[in-house]
Amino acid sequence: MFGYYLELALRSLRRNKVLTALMVLAIALGIGASMTTLTVLHVLSGDPVPGRSSTLYYPQIDPRDMSGYLPGKSQPMYQMSWIDGMNLLRAKRADRQALMTGGLVAVQPHNTMLDPFYEAARFTTADFFPMFGVPFEYGHPWHAADDEAHARVVVISAALDDKLFGGKDSTGKTLRLSGVAFRVVGVLGDWHPNPQFYDLLRKSFGENEGVYVPLSTSQDVGMNHDGSTDCWGNGGSGKNPSHTAPCAWLQFWVQLDTPTRAAAYKTFLVHYSEQQKALGRFQRPPNVRLRDVMQWLDYNRVVPDNVRLQTWLALGFLLVCLVNTVGLMLAKFMRRAPELGVRRALGASKRALFAQLLVESGLVGLAGGTGGLLLALLGLSLVRRQPAEYAPLAHLDPAMLLVTFLLALGASLLAGLLPAWRACQIAPALRLKSN
Amino acid sequence: MAIRSTEIRPILASLRKHRIPALLIVLEIALACAVLCNAVFMISQRVSDIQLPSAIDQQGLVTVSLRGTDDKLVGSDIPRNLAALRGIAGVQQAAVTTSLPLSHNNWGWSFGVSPDSAVANRKNINVSLYFLGEGGGKALGLHVLQGRFFNADEFAGSKFDTAALPETHVVVMTRTAASRFWPGQSALGKTIYSKPFYYTVVGVVDDVLRPNVYTQNTSKSYDAIYFPMSAAGSKGAFSYYILRGAPKDRDRIMREAEQKLAELNPGAVAKGKIYMDIRNDYFADMRSMAWMLVLVCAVMLAVTAFGIVGLTSFWVGQRRRQIGIRRAVGATRGQILGYFRTENFLLSTAGVLIGMLLAFGINLYLMQHYEMSRMPWYYLPAGAVTLWLLGQLAVLGPALRAASVPPVEATRSV
Repeated sequence: MFGYYLELALRSLRRNKVLTALMVLAIALGIGASMTTLTVLHVLSGDPVPGRSSTLYYPQIDPRDMSGYLPGKSQPMYQMSWIDGMNLLRAKRADRQALMTGGLVAVQPHNTMLDPFYEAARFTTADFFPMFGVPFEYGHPWHAADDEAHARVVVISAALDDKLFGGKDSTGKTLRLSGVAFRVVGVLGDWHPNPQFYDLLRKSFGENEGVYVPLSTSQDVGMNHDGSTDCWGNGGSGKNPSHTAPCAWLQFWVQLDTPTRAAAYKTFLVHYSEQQKALGRFQRPPNVRLRDVMQWLDYNRVVPDNVRLQTWLALGFLLVCLVNTVGLMLAKFMRRAPELGVRRALGASKRALFAQLLVESGLVGLAGGTGGLLLALLGLSLVRRQPAEYAPLAHLDPAMLLVTFLLALGASLLAGLLPAWRACQIAPALRLKSN
Repeated sequence: MAIRSTEIRPILASLRKHRIPALLIVLEIALACAVLCNAVFMISQRVSDIQLPSAIDQQGLVTVSLRGTDDKLVGSDIPRNLAALRGIAGVQQAAVTTSLPLSHNNWGWSFGVSPDSAVANRKNINVSLYFLGEGGGKALGLHVLQGRFFNADEFAGSKFDTAALPETHVVVMTRTAASRFWPGQSALGKTIYSKPFYYTVVGVVDDVLRPNVYTQNTSKSYDAIYFPMSAAGSKGAFSYYILRGAPKDRDRIMREAEQKLAELNPGAVAKGKIYMDIRNDYFADMRSMAWMLVLVCAVMLAVTAFGIVGLTSFWVGQRRRQIGIRRAVGATRGQILGYFRTENFLLSTAGVLIGMLLAFGINLYLMQHYEMSRMPWYYLPAGAVTLWLLGQLAVLGPALRAASVPPVEATRSV
């Protein structure tokens, strides 16, 4: 039966090529535009650390003085100061914890063919790697003992390993960073967390750092800090923030395996704030937050407003295209009223006619979906050429491919419902008479 | 198009018989009108952001950033580097600065106008700080509107100590910043405070953009102030060498300056950029968004027009016999044409009325949830007129076909 309907549908679609082409085009344009923007939205609002994001938290406390404080309204400090970061790190109240900040190091390659260059770096304590589930191609992360010993060890990204050592196992080799010799202990595997949740002030999307150095060592060597520094009171100056100045410039992440542990940790943060206030370091009443990865991304509005607006616009556009298709489909089905009348008179049931017309609109939807897919691929390649940070990430994944066809099919069936129903209401006798 | 009620009544009667196609056309036009108004409003906002004026010599400026130098030696390095840069053919001015308009490299601080203002005071005004080396005003091409720019002694005497603010007592600010600190008064000779620092305004310059601009409150985008700074006391804060020349020389100047700085500072990395590229990069996102909106509008209008053509053609096809009868009883071609055009006009009117309401509602929603300001009222009638015209244009083809139906059609069956 279905095969017969398909044949009828194809014949009918071929009969009026212009109308068919217009319908397919309208669906293709609507689907193409909305799939392009939905894919970008989907990629940008994804989970950067799947499976771990609900156990990773970003604690915030408020060590500032009272000026500018609005009870209940003021958000705590965005980042951590050195003193608080170190205190919380040493308290070891979480399952895992890492204190980190961004930096910029001069890489001086052994290979004289390469000029010295600057590379983005992450200065962090050892838990960074196991906590974020960072895969290693060669070697291993450094250990907490290396942090204590201020060891001159470095972990590099696969891209930097390619550039410096031709992609070979470089563990054990020496790498000169900012004039000091470091021993490579590990090379990262395929790891590209996007958005870059652990330090959104550096940038939200794009390539992660090439160089990873123990935080303690980076401070000994005097490596350049690269990131935002917020000072309060009589804050410090200079390029590298001092350890004693009232400035926040570090990110602190903790892993808390159960909600109970998370609640306990929040209580600990409040106690810590109270204790520091009693000591006279803090002045504000305890003002703490403990957001997990997705809450943190949401709070930071990581998905650009532009992208959300574009998605709304594209969906509005799809709606315009759909209403159009409904109109065109109605015109097409009603024009076939005489033929439908004959079929009814010969004994076809309303349901059979309805099914036949829906097969026809579904066919239009499939063709429109294919066209829409091509348009979406074109649209995404245009997006990738844009200068935005997130642009290189705009790729269609299998899930979105499926969504494209489901959306196209659903949209065209929806568009076909009303016209098909109208066309089935025709009284066969009336049609036959006028023929 | 003169419409008489005698013409409208039969149209309404016929529309009542074809409720669904009529409603579809109304809906199509309403949606298109709503999306069009908002999209065009967004485009206009993006375009005005992209064109925000900035009173420096944007066309002739070349910048070079130098990284990897020893901060302890900048006192001798910078004058030596500048002397070399001034030797490049075509360079009229050369200086150093900490930041540039639209460079994303913001040094923010807030000041008050009373001596007890501390930095975090809520009544303070937040401004962007630019620190200029000697000759920086001329190199940027700042226009002094009132007072004067810094003199050599003020440049030489300014330095950073332990705080983020300089050890000097003079400041120059933009016209907008001056009127924000002292509305309706002259800023010259007045003082801004951030305990324990204070600075007296010696000059007011024409508006220059901040390193980051506000897309909604564009007047805030000009709250910038200038401090003098000596090379020796800068603690490595000078991030850019700026060179001014004729626009036609800027590419060559940039290459030569890069080369010269790399030669003079082995081990450091010199990277040149034409100022216009910095500006264009800043707005690149907005520009591509504006183009995307233009594309969507154009395609949407085309789709709507085709939809109207399709539905009206179907309509005409259905009513060939009636048209034939009308022609047979004496209606002219013009009257048939008029009938379809009036019909479309009525449908469009209903469509744009709903569309304008919808457009207004969407704008309210976007204002609540996104950085979007209120749409000026004239966007609504402009959108309405556009769709009216589009409707008339789209209906012309099918209407002409209807007008060419011969009276003899009345005698044929279907």
